[in-house]
Amino acid sequence: MTVSLPPQSEQHTPSLQPTGWLRYFSFSVDHKVIGLQYLVCGFLFYLIGGALAGAIRTELASPMSDFMPRDVYNQVLTLHGTVMIFLWIVPVVNGAFGNYLIPFYVGARDMAYPRLNAVAFWLIPPAGLLLISSYFITGAAQSGWTAYPPLSITTPASGQMIWILSVLLLGGSSIFGGINFIATVLKLRRPGLKLMQLPMYCWAMLGTSILVVLSTPVLAGTLILLSFDIVAHTGFFNPGLGGNVVVYQHLFWFYSHPAVYIMVLPAFGLVSEILPVHCRKPLFGYATMVYSIMAIVVLGLVVWAHHMFTSGTPPWMRLFFTIATAFIAVPTGIKFFNWLATLWGGRISLNSAVLFSCGFIVNFVLGGITGVALAQVPFDVHVHDTYFVVAHFHYIVYGGTVFVIFASIYHWYPKVTGRMLNEPIGRLHFLLTFIGFNLCFAPQHWLGLNGMPRRVAEYDPQFAFINQISSVGALLMAISTLPFLWNVVASAFNGEIAGDNPWKALTPEWLTSSPPPVENWVGEAPLVEEPYGYGVPIDQIDLKATSGRDLWSSGK
Amino acid sequence: MTTLNQADPSATNDVAPHEHGDHRMFGVATFLVADAMTFAGFFAAYLTFHAVNPLQPDAVYELELPLPILNTVLLLVSSATFHKAGQKLRLADNRACRQWLMVTAVLGLAFLVSQMVEYFTLPFGLTDNLYASTFYALTGFHGLHVTLGALMILIVWWQCRTPSGRVTAHNQFPLEAVELYWHFVDGIWVVLFLILYLL
Repeated sequence: MTVSLPPQSEQHTPSLQPTGWLRYFSFSVDHKVIGLQYLVCGFLFYLIGGALAGAIRTELASPMSDFMPRDVYNQVLTLHGTVMIFLWIVPVVNGAFGNYLIPFYVGARDMAYPRLNAVAFWLIPPAGLLLISSYFITGAAQSGWTAYPPLSITTPASGQMIWILSVLLLGGSSIFGGINFIATVLKLRRPGLKLMQLPMYCWAMLGTSILVVLSTPVLAGTLILLSFDIVAHTGFFNPGLGGNVVVYQHLFWFYSHPAVYIMVLPAFGLVSEILPVHCRKPLFGYATMVYSIMAIVVLGLVVWAHHMFTSGTPPWMRLFFTIATAFIAVPTGIKFFNWLATLWGGRISLNSAVLFSCGFIVNFVLGGITGVALAQVPFDVHVHDTYFVVAHFHYIVYGGTVFVIFASIYHWYPKVTGRMLNEPIGRLHFLLTFIGFNLCFAPQHWLGLNGMPRRVAEYDPQFAFINQISSVGALLMAISTLPFLWNVVASAFNGEIAGDNPWKALTPEWLTSSPPPVENWVGEAPLVEEPYGYGVPIDQIDLKATSGRDLWSSGK
Repeated sequence: MTTLNQADPSATNDVAPHEHGDHRMFGVATFLVADAMTFAGFFAAYLTFHAVNPLQPDAVYELELPLPILNTVLLLVSSATFHKAGQKLRLADNRACRQWLMVTAVLGLAFLVSQMVEYFTLPFGLTDNLYASTFYALTGFHGLHVTLGALMILIVWWQCRTPSGRVTAHNQFPLEAVELYWHFVDGIWVVLFLILYLL
């Protein structure tokens, strides 16, 4: 094992870190290495979760349960949900981009607690392998990613217990990450850098991490109680023993509704980074963006029972949670119009990153509208546990967050590797993903409105044709991964050399070499007071000569 | 204007970014917020059960007060003795610090013994009824925290045995972290005592 010296800084003690490709398999404490570990590990789980989704859509291509047995279908849908949420979206949109970008944005050389950071990552692969191995050992959990009792108590115990252990490990990883992000954003800012000068992704990660720290422990406690019910035969959530299943639902959704914001708030932040760069305009309404993120954090903690309108919730509770949920549309709408205003009149370069960002805006608005609809009790009671909810949810997490993950990969790939991605292939990837996604999930609104329940392997034959359309969309989505994979792998070796700042961006991660050195900057970290100070033609920007504000005002 | 100075160390930096302060206590405090939320979930479950799930007529669920009151006193005194230990360490008096730490650890272990005695004398078991299960889950989870805390106190006690050791007046972090944790666990016990025994 070789010892690497941080470049050109003689006062540092050498750290015992491997260099080269080996460091990506090591307990590295470099935030950039950990970020990439999160990203690649998460993407491998995305492929597994995608294969599971493919199995689900294949089964649903016909009304009968002919592709796999019913209990295997239950295992597959449970694994699909758990893998996609806990092993792909949460680790990637928080862990991967958060670790890679936040230290740059605050002007630090690493995260606040680098070793805790590495621990948080290395909890993920074992937890993921544990979860997936349960399928081959004893049969995976069958009660869906929500693990509602009494279903989770009556299905085979071993699979459910492995599921609980795995989710507890992933929750721990998430909490450690959240502590690290809060400390880094609040405590590790470069001297002279004020909070209201931070790039928007820092605010998004601060809000997300507050949600993680406040809500994930409640899920952990709940799952511990659930495991007592399964193993020790206590009766917390078992009505047969005097327990109360609705208490589980309350505690579960106290985490799992904020979890939606844990998955989507960082995506908001990433889009707010990407759009100004490629539109050559300042981010519209910076302060309102910050306040709406914090409003979403506060409101996100008090809306959980809108998942439980059919669980015998009393009328006052229905009223309160409907109103609170409708309120969330306000800050979310502010952000949506801020992105539109950022795009408005900009010199938009329609590359893959922007296409995916715009795809995100379109999909997210559709998902948001169905979300507001679902918050209304009379409507929710009608479509609860139907494919309408499945469609809404996937419009938020896939159409929203996963589109942003792809946009971010197109945007930051030159920084990470020093090479550009192939643009035509990127556009092909966008086209296939966008068409495939909408073909897959838009028809599911119709299915839900017409009464097809979710989580079933067999359904009424009248739904067969629409389900087949949806399955074709899923096939397109699977195919869309191929050009992306080829692009990412081939460009790493043969891509056009990117240079340090191919987008001529002003945020701090672009003001260093590509890929960046071990401690991010040779010499002092730059003080970026105007991360969105765009506004003059690209070739006239002199990064060394002017401040962002000058650039912006001279553009008028 | 040098707002975007890439390699200009002469700008307005008094402290270079890698020379940032010590934020470990901030991390400990944030972790304790998360830990408190775990307890909050348990308390919420217990209170909801209380509100909507009445005890079955034949179920046995009775708590005696003397032992828990003794436990409360033990933990509150142990918080004070830990505070004393911290004061002594700041005065670089390792010997006195260790004595107070040992007193704290013994008080913590006495709490655990007393809790065990209570467990063995209670007229109900873990799976007897809903309230019994919740009682054991809450006190057990808290007892786990006390056990870990006592172990950590003993580790710190070992680490500050010499003035040149790991925990000294110049490096108080291990002691301060465990102290904050210990006060937190005591605070949780007071809430738990109020809700479980007095409500």
